Amino acid sequence: MRIALFATCIVDAMYPETAKSTVKILERLGHEVVFPKAQACCGQMHINSGYMSEALPVVENHINAFDTDDYDVAVAPSGSCVASVKHQHPRLAERLGKPELKERAVAVGKRTYELSQLLVDVLGITDAAQQLGSYFPDTITYHPSCHGMRSLQLGDRQLDLLKTVGGINVEILPEADQCCGFGGTFSIKNADVSSAMLEDKVKNICSTGASACAGGDASCLMHIGGGLSRTGAKPKTLHLADILASTMEETVTL
Amino acid sequence: MTQVFLGMPAPGHGNLFEEEPFPQAAHRELGNTQMRKNLRHATHTIRDKRLKVVGELPDWDDLRDSGSAIKNNAMANIEELLLQFEKNFTARGGIVHWARDASEANKIVTELVKATGSTEVVKVKSMATQEIGLNEHLETEGIEAFETDLAELIVQLGHDKPSHILVPAIHKNRTQVRDIFLKEMPGVDPTLTDEPAKLAEAARSHLRKKFLASKVAISGANFALADTGTLGVVESEGNGRMCLTLPETLITVMGIEKVLPQWEDLEVFMQLLPRSSTGERMNPYTSLWTGVTEDDGPQNVHIVLLDNGRTRALSDRFGRTALNCIRCSACMNVCPVYERTGGHAYGSTYPGPIGAILSPLMTGIEAEDNGSLPYASSLCGACYDACPVKINIPEILVHLRGEDVDAKRDTHKLPTQMDLLMKGGSWALGKGKNIGLLEKALPLGRLMAGKNKKIKKLPGIAAGWTQSRDVPAPPNKSFRDWWSDEKESK
Repeated sequence: MRIALFATCIVDAMYPETAKSTVKILERLGHEVVFPKAQACCGQMHINSGYMSEALPVVENHINAFDTDDYDVAVAPSGSCVASVKHQHPRLAERLGKPELKERAVAVGKRTYELSQLLVDVLGITDAAQQLGSYFPDTITYHPSCHGMRSLQLGDRQLDLLKTVGGINVEILPEADQCCGFGGTFSIKNADVSSAMLEDKVKNICSTGASACAGGDASCLMHIGGGLSRTGAKPKTLHLADILASTMEETVTL
Repeated sequence: MTQVFLGMPAPGHGNLFEEEPFPQAAHRELGNTQMRKNLRHATHTIRDKRLKVVGELPDWDDLRDSGSAIKNNAMANIEELLLQFEKNFTARGGIVHWARDASEANKIVTELVKATGSTEVVKVKSMATQEIGLNEHLETEGIEAFETDLAELIVQLGHDKPSHILVPAIHKNRTQVRDIFLKEMPGVDPTLTDEPAKLAEAARSHLRKKFLASKVAISGANFALADTGTLGVVESEGNGRMCLTLPETLITVMGIEKVLPQWEDLEVFMQLLPRSSTGERMNPYTSLWTGVTEDDGPQNVHIVLLDNGRTRALSDRFGRTALNCIRCSACMNVCPVYERTGGHAYGSTYPGPIGAILSPLMTGIEAEDNGSLPYASSLCGACYDACPVKINIPEILVHLRGEDVDAKRDTHKLPTQMDLLMKGGSWALGKGKNIGLLEKALPLGRLMAGKNKKIKKLPGIAAGWTQSRDVPAPPNKSFRDWWSDEKESK
């Protein structure tokens, strides 16, 4: 399959290793990965902050970049950005009275998958160790990000993949389904409430004794990681893609 | 800034406004550790109960779809349904009054009470009367209103404000309740303990006298059925039942969105409501009344049909489903923001996720006093999952943020930091080559981070981030550049 990588702006700029890991996993399975260079961002920050007119050029750019026949499916290592592409883009086009853009947005959304969705639903991965050679000999816990869990209904796809990584020990996170408090500009507009939510997430992560908290969204992980770092807590954060890409020969280090 | 002060009835819309910007109110409430402890305990208990009873129904999701469809249909035909209700309610001896806003409703109720010659009324727990500030208005008219719902009584005796739509005193624990009773309840046993049974007993003997003496009762309603002209109240304690049956005059204040087409619709809502609100299969008391029954129950039966911004909400095509709300409170029980700030931070009678959309939809977002409510959410979506009528609260929050930003575009003389950030971001993220250009500066960020590879302090609005989180040092090279160098050059 020819798979277009939607790196997402935060991974592109801040966590390039996660995008590289995504490429590695897909290439390991024998697929060809392309990176449409016109891509930038899904526009979620603008939409969720209410800046709809400012979101429009960002959304249009994404649709123009991915509305091509150059690939079979698109994948992003983010539940939140994929949920934005699938749900928010058509809604924004409708709000701004652009029916043609809406149609194209729906078409792009249909071909866009979150990483675990693609791996499990399309590529049939049920055992990461066997099928991907994934190996990570450490204890992790896992935070299911809200948009993946609720907007995309990912269920246990990410957790199940992690559990089948070679050498791994997965400790269940207490109150896992509670938001970490990120919420985009919520984290600065309502910094106090956001921090209070983060504090509980950090406590719960520390209570598992894990070396790292894994997740499927770099933005939430940056938020959680920022809180862990500030409190001097031991656990690090690690993206699902980085754990899946880790092998016995090339093991990712924290 | 402040539109409504506690205890001071406001003209027009009543208690539908923030009292101060949410972040400011939240900051204060977050410091109340006792309240946070009480709330965490209470919301988690109701959450677990709800999940348990909802899990018993294999067709729960279908029921939610039915509830949503019935409400959508009712809202699309609200004018016809209200007229049909009026006709049937009147035919059975009831009297219908129409109120455009809080002031009109308060005036109508006051006149009705005055006409009875009574200076005291007993009240069934009601959100609509909280919304219009009825008790405070009656007080200025020399009429004393006694709340009979236990939690409302606690709030009233404590000179406090409800902080939850189902459990108005959720922010108080039983020791605090005992202290309020000891201080404020006339004739209370001075040896009262904080055992729940003792507290209920104290309230019972206090209220019983009121039930037997009062000639007028005021209620809200959970449903109005158009095809029969029937009103319904769903409750737990039976105090509502006593108010609805003992006095001579019964005045109901109900938001117009409570109308349902037909009796059969109760089948759906009587499954959805108790499970979603108290986490019970069925609530203990459901009272339904249709006009006047000779020599049985109240002989003067009135209803005040209240708009107060509901038709305004109805005219918003992206927001109108908020009117489908059946006031179960499931959304606030699962909301991580509500759990930490409590209901008072929202200012309005309607707190939590539903309040954050309903209040600005009813008052209009350009009433700047409600501009911060739609931002009081991380958009985690727990409310949408829990809503028994599938109101997509996160989607409406985002819609209202858009309305807020647009409304403020015209009023801001100078762009705010957020405006500038968003404008800059629109350029930077609007083209691959623009973000690519900016990413060339990533090594600068590394310099900022220094040796320990952490950025501890950011300027301007971004300081909100670094108040509790570090920013990691950015990489040397973006993925985009790595791809060009490694993949394309090969």
